[in-house]
Parts: sequence; structure tokens; C-alpha cells
Amino acid sequence: MTDQQQLDLRKDAVEAGTTTGLASPSVDVTKERQNSLWSDAWGDLRRNPFFWIGAVLGLAFLLMALVPQVFARGADPRSCDLGNSRALPSAQHWFGFDTQGCDYLANVVYGARNSLIIGVIAVLVILLLGVVVGALAGYYGGLTDGILARIADIFYALPLILGALVLLRVGPSTDIPVINSRGPGAVAIALALFGWMTAMRLVRSQVIAVKGSDYVAAARAMGASSRRILVRHILPNAVAPVLVYATITIGVIIAAEATLTYLGVGLQRPAISWGLQIEAGQDSIRTAPHLVLFPSLILTMTVMAFVMMGDALRDALDPRQRA
Amino acid sequence: MGRYVARRLLLTIPVLLGASFLIFAMVYALPGDPIRALGGDRPISPAVVAELRERFHLNDPLYVQYWEYLKGLFSGDLGTDFRGRPVLDTIERTLPVTIKLALVAIVFEAVIGLVAGVLAGIRRNSFFDNLVLVSTTLVVSIPILVLAFFAQLLFGLKLGWFPIAGTNEGLYSYLLPGLVLASGSLAYVARLTRTSLAENLRADYVRTARAKGLPNRTVIVRHTLRNSLIPVVTYIGADIGTLLGGAIVTETVFNLPGIGREVFNSIRSQEGAVVVGIVTLMVFFFIFFNLVVDVLYAVLDPRIRYD
Amino acid sequence: MTNLDLTKPTAELAAQGTPLLEVDDLRVEFRTRSGVVNAVNGISYSLGAGETLAILGESGSGKSVSAQAIMGILETPPAVISGGGIWFQGRNVLEMSAEDQRTIRGPGISMIFQDALSSLNPVYSVGFQIGEMFRAHRGLSKKAARAKAVELMDRVRIPAAARRVDDYPHQFSGGMRQRVMIAMAIALDPRILIADEPTTALDVTVQAQVMDLLKDLQQETGMGLILITHDLGVVNEVADNVAVMYAGEIVERGTVDDVFGRPSHPYTEGLMSSVPQVEAKGGRLRPIAGQPPNLARIPSGCPFHPRCARRRLGAEAAPGRDCATDVPPLRLVVPGREAACHYSEEVLGVRAP
Repeated sequence: MTDQQQLDLRKDAVEAGTTTGLASPSVDVTKERQNSLWSDAWGDLRRNPFFWIGAVLGLAFLLMALVPQVFARGADPRSCDLGNSRALPSAQHWFGFDTQGCDYLANVVYGARNSLIIGVIAVLVILLLGVVVGALAGYYGGLTDGILARIADIFYALPLILGALVLLRVGPSTDIPVINSRGPGAVAIALALFGWMTAMRLVRSQVIAVKGSDYVAAARAMGASSRRILVRHILPNAVAPVLVYATITIGVIIAAEATLTYLGVGLQRPAISWGLQIEAGQDSIRTAPHLVLFPSLILTMTVMAFVMMGDALRDALDPRQRA
Repeated sequence: MGRYVARRLLLTIPVLLGASFLIFAMVYALPGDPIRALGGDRPISPAVVAELRERFHLNDPLYVQYWEYLKGLFSGDLGTDFRGRPVLDTIERTLPVTIKLALVAIVFEAVIGLVAGVLAGIRRNSFFDNLVLVSTTLVVSIPILVLAFFAQLLFGLKLGWFPIAGTNEGLYSYLLPGLVLASGSLAYVARLTRTSLAENLRADYVRTARAKGLPNRTVIVRHTLRNSLIPVVTYIGADIGTLLGGAIVTETVFNLPGIGREVFNSIRSQEGAVVVGIVTLMVFFFIFFNLVVDVLYAVLDPRIRYD
Repeated sequence: MTNLDLTKPTAELAAQGTPLLEVDDLRVEFRTRSGVVNAVNGISYSLGAGETLAILGESGSGKSVSAQAIMGILETPPAVISGGGIWFQGRNVLEMSAEDQRTIRGPGISMIFQDALSSLNPVYSVGFQIGEMFRAHRGLSKKAARAKAVELMDRVRIPAAARRVDDYPHQFSGGMRQRVMIAMAIALDPRILIADEPTTALDVTVQAQVMDLLKDLQQETGMGLILITHDLGVVNEVADNVAVMYAGEIVERGTVDDVFGRPSHPYTEGLMSSVPQVEAKGGRLRPIAGQPPNLARIPSGCPFHPRCARRRLGAEAAPGRDCATDVPPLRLVVPGREAACHYSEEVLGVRAP
């Protein structure tokens, strides 16, 4: 291992919050070992209250995104009556009304769908980029690794929000498909484009660590092909840390989407989004604080769901954490 | 060590160039007409447009434009905005605000994060440990945007302890935004310290220290804390660069005239030169502090030998 | 403060005839989420000055745990000393305050561990870590402690000690690192040194050097040595007496020559025939069948009976000596020899008394 690689490994561990070292790469992940890792993890998860709180919040969010009408208590987010403008919460209308006089509960609930779409698409793209680039860099090493790692460094140096902000600002005036759409796809791609590096480094460091292990040498000695070694022996080791990372990242992306939308470059009206609601509500924060409060609350609880599940997963999948 | 630093410095050049080119390409290469945007509703005569396009090299291919920009950069000229003000002046005006904000944030992050993490790590599973665990989960989950609003609402409007915007009250105006900016990292520092400490407490060399009959305080401070703080210190160092990026939202919400708010306004008005200038500066800071951390790491952990 | 006298030379004490250390019916259990693990189940032994006692056993037999209990460095919780006593120079360590216990560690009882690399703090120089003993227990200055460290490194035969005193653990070879550990442990001339698998991680040639060093140091100082190991060769070479542990109990005890020459417990017997011997070339090795017991569920009766080739159950057994139901006590089999087996005489090939 070069000093640069060692340094990267250490940084990745800190960045990804896995300093306690997830699945130890020095042991082979045969089927039984994997099975026992996951069944032990499940045993651990079941006893973790954080996991259950996260799971319940996450499920609520998922249902809100899939069947919002169930949660909206029969109200239509787009049927509005200016007479109700900024009315405070009441027994009939739990979240009150927004400036246009639309039922706010319905609006907040319907906002979940865009968050889910963007979170899932962005994380899928991040995983795709991360696994492919990380596996290539780690497995081939040398010049390939040098170049890919430097490219990741370049993206690392640009803060996520900043990069996405610039891309989304200039996006609509380009003729690049999706990016010029001002829709959820554009936001998801922009965030993925500036957020794939940690996943890449996680996979890369696992690959480098496992590649040097005895059992990979054994597999190679027995004539297994590069592709087979990569797919059968090396990648399964990276599943645990990547899963933890992906869970937490969905939350991070949802928060970032709300921020970008709030800053005016994400989703645009008439789309329904928590970022837009917070932005619209901030002017009347003194008179109608509920307009900022409710979308903020639901947004925070959603992010918390993924953070809690991810944390619990990490604790469960890390054998060294177990007493 | 010297050779190592030199090599690391060399390696940072392509990263710095790459990042600035990336932002440059996004800002300039994509179609869209900043000149027209400058005019707003008023029509601009084609002659003026042509002249402005020439002046800002907008007709040249991208790499020529970037080359021109680099030439300027090395002679200390970051170009001018569309109103003719030098970008360097804008940075000089706004950077001190952000530096103050980042310093306040680092102090919060280091002091509160470390103390909470150490106390939680030493008394694992105690009430305080669980409190730290729950509150850091909460803080990590609250988007900075939301936190900023509620800090303004609670401490600014309801309690009136802090000004809610601007920098009129000197360093005092930076406390609330500094805390908001630091919150995520603060929670992370607390957790990192806690896990690192708890892990080190189980280390063989701590057992040795006990077997040597060292006083408990020495075992904890000298043989556990010292080792546990290595990843924390390096994290805090690397975080200085990251905080600058986080300043975009904080400065915008709290209306602080720093480089974060400036870069956001410039992105909105497509002030390309300002955007590229400030982002390049942020990238430089990020890379610089990462380099400092790498060197610091070698100083703190003798196992790392770079040459 | 303790009223223990830790300043008199150990050799003088030896003349007085009181044992340095007496362990009486020591019991240690680990209380974990998944149940209680009985790691040490009532072991007793004593150690005099200049004596070397080897504690022999597989991993999980409780040999390291009992040593850590004596040192007072068990992690509590989960570990709990649930019974027995540990008398050091006539005083029960378990009844002392934590501070008094601490002052014994180092000048009274000292310990070296198996993996010197992980047992030394990676961020301090070896000189600093050796010198710490003098700073913590004798109040020496940093500079004086460093000078003492150089002396000690010389004494454990680390070449160029003066030059290497400021090096860090990772800069030493495995054997040299273990010497650093030994230097640290003998710094304050302890009455007792506990060596927990001191050579397991080392190459065979280096193993011999380290054992020779320990032997020489013991002769110089007259300290008592407890050697914890699973290596029969090491025991044979240096120990006077040996206690064989199985499932947290001592199952056989005697002088090394006696026990190794004619085992009186089937487990010891099994150990002997499972190691290769130069004289018996061509013979087959016979490993002990089965697995070491799960300490959370120790078998009833004799804990070794599920693996024992000589067990007698039900009708085969003599009355009150059913291996599956009756616990065999540790008893005198022949003079100077104790074993915990109902049928030791058979194993030994002598007639029952």
C-alpha cells in the first residue's frame, strides 16, 4: 500500500463514520460467514430502540410518499380558498392553511413524494458510480487508481451544495436532457454528481484491503479470474459499509434537496416540496410560524429516520462494537 | 517529512486546477447569456454586447478562456465582475466575515464536541452517554436550514438573546450563526471522540498501563485520551475547509456579508468571475487544511512514516 | 498506603518461608447479556520466591483470566470475582482499597503480555513507557527515568540501548519488543512476574532467547515467576511446578518432571500424546477428541468427561464416582501429586489406596 492509499483509507473511515472498521476484511466472506454476520446483525438491530424509532419514522415517510391521500385527511393540496389564508391549525385542519389558503397538512404530506424520488434516485446513481469507479480503482491500482482517485479528490474539494447549486443554476439554459428539466431528476443527478466520492472511496478501500488478503491470493492461485474474484470475494465485503453509508445518505440528500429548493434552484412551483414551503413561510414567520414549523418538522423527522436506521445498522454490522 | 510535504503539495496542484476548471466549465461553457441577464429588462445595443463579449473572452473556446483566466490568476488578477469591480476586492471585503464565522464554529465544535464526547466515552452507557447519543442523533438529523430558522426564532425573536441577522454587534453577532454552522460537525466530533475513546479503553496497551500500576488519571489521560484524540484532531482540521462550504446557507439565512452569501448571490446573478474566484479560494482552503492535517497526523502518530 | 514491605530484597523474604502469593479457591465469572460465563471455578495455588510455576491449558481454560484477577486488571463489569482470596505477602489483595492494589502492581506483582506490539502504546517511545514505572512509583524526574530506562534496556540485552531509547514500539522487531515489555515489568524488581504467553507470538529461535532471559533475570532477583502457556516445551524447559487447567479448574498439579513423565489425569495424558516428540519419530499423534467446553454450560460431573477416553458412566462406574454426575475433587494421588480425576490411579498405573 502506498502512503497515499493509507492516508485515503484513514480519511474515508473518518468521513464515513466507520472508524471502528466495519466487516473485518481479513476474514473470508464465505456464505456461512456472511449469513452469520447478517443474522447477528439482525439480532442486534432488534434490540436497538433507535432502529425501531428510525424504522417507524421511515415507514411513515414511505407511506406518505406512496399514498398521501390517506394522510391528508381527505383534503386536496390544490383546492384552496384565499379566505383561509394563513389560518392557524385547528381540529379540522391540523396544520392550518398556507398563504393561498390551501390545507397545509395536505401540502406537507404531498411533499414527501418528491423527497423520496430524489433521495432514492440520487443514492442509486451514487451507488452505481461509487461501486463501479471504486472497484476499478481499487482492483487495478497503479495509474488507473491514481487518476480515478485524483478525479474523486477534485469533486471532494467542491462542497456538495455549492457544486449542485451552480449546476442547477445553469442547467435550465443548457440542452442537456434531465439537467435542464428543473424537475426532481435534475436535482437528483446534480446531487449525485457531487456526492459519489465517499461511496467510491469506501468500495475502493475495501477492495484494496481485501485484495491483499490471503484468501484472495488463494483464489487467484486456484486460477479464479479477475472478474470472479472481484464479484465473488471482494465486493461482498464492501456491502456492509456501503449499505450503512447509503442509508444515511438518503437522509443527507433529502436535506440537501430541501436546501437547494429553498435557495431557489431546486424544484419550482407548482411542484410541492418542503423546501418551497419553508421558503414561502419564512416571510410570515412572526405571524404564522406554523408555515415554517410543519414542513421543517416533517423534513427533520424524515432525515432522522434514515440517520437512525443507518447508525443502528453500523453498530449492528460492526463486530468490534459487540461486547 | 520535507520530501513528503513537497510531494503532497505537488499532488494538490492537479486537484486545485481540476476543481477550478470544473467550476469554470460549468459557469462559462454552458449556454446562456450573462450579458443579456446583466441588462435585465432594458435592451442593450448589439455593439455593447459585442464589446462586452470580446472583453470577457466569451467568444473564445473554453480552454482559451480558462487559460486566460489562469494567466490572470497567477498575476494576482481574478478578473472583474460585469460591473467592472475587481473580484479580488469583493473577496477582500467578504472573506474576513467568513473567517470570523468559521473560527467561532471551530471553537464551538472543538470545545463542546470534545468535552461531550470524552465524558460520554469514559462513562459508557451512563445517563450522560445516552443523552449525548440521543442529542447528537437529533442534531445530525436537523438540516442546517431548519436549525438556522429555529435558532433565529427561539434565541433571536422569542428570547431576544442574539441578533437575528447582520454583523452590527461585532463578534457577538457571530455566536448564533457560528453555533448553527458548527452543529453537525459538533455532533460528529462528540460521537467520534466517544467511539474512539471507548475503543481505546479496551486496547491492550491500556491494560498494560493498568498492569504497570499507573494512577487511574494517568491511564485515562496519557494512555487513552492521547491516542483517542488523533482521529478527532485530524477531523476538526479537515473540517475547516468543509465549514466554508456550509457557510453558504448559514450566511444567507443570517444575512452575514461573507463569501458564502456572496457566492450564492453571484450564482443567482450569473456573475461568473466572482463564482469562479470564490469557489477556487474555497477549494484552496479545503486542500490546504487537508494537507495541514496530513502533516499533523504524522506528528501525532509516530507509526505514520512518510518517507 | 499498604503496610507491605516492598523494599526488602526478595531473596531475604524467601528465607522467612512464607509464600509470596497464595491463591485460594478463586472464582471469576463474566456476567454478559447472554448469560454467566464461569471462567475460573475455584483454583488454589501458592508461589514462593525463586519458584517458577507454569499454568498450562488451552485457550479458554481460564489461565489468563486468573492471572488478570491476581493483577487486579480484570474489566469489571463484565468480570466479577465471585469468590476466594488472593494473598500477597500475607495480605488479601481483594480486601484492599483500589489505591493500595495499584501500589502493588509494578513493585509487587508485574505482568508481561503475549502481543507486545499491541500491549505497548504506539504513540510513546519505549524509553518513556519504561521510565513511567519510575515516575509513577518512585517519583523520579523525566530525565532520571529515561536514564533508568536505558539501564533496563541494557539489562534485557537490547543492543544499542542508549540510541534506541527514544524509538517507538513499531520500530523494534518482535523479540526486541518483548524485551521492552520485560524491561518494563522488571523495572521495580517485582516480587512476582506473571508472564502471559510471553513467547507465543515469536519465532522459535527468538522464543528460546526470551525464555533464557526470563530465567536469568529470575536467578538474579529471586522473583517468583508464573508462566502462563499452552506450550509444553516451554514448561518443560523452565518451570519447577506445573498446574494444568481445564474449564476454569486445576485438574492436575505437581513437579514438571512428575507430571510430564507420568500424567495422572486423562487430560494431561491427552496433551502429552498430542505433541510431537523427537524420540518417538514415526508414531502417530493422537489429538484429544472433541471441543473445549463452553464455559457458559460446563458439563456436569467431571468437566472433561465428554472428551475423556477413560470415562466411566452408569453401571461401569464405581459408586459415587460416575464421571457424568460426580464432580471429582482435586486430591492427593501420590505424594507431591494432585489430580482431579476419579480414576487417577488407573491413569498412573498404581493401585488405588
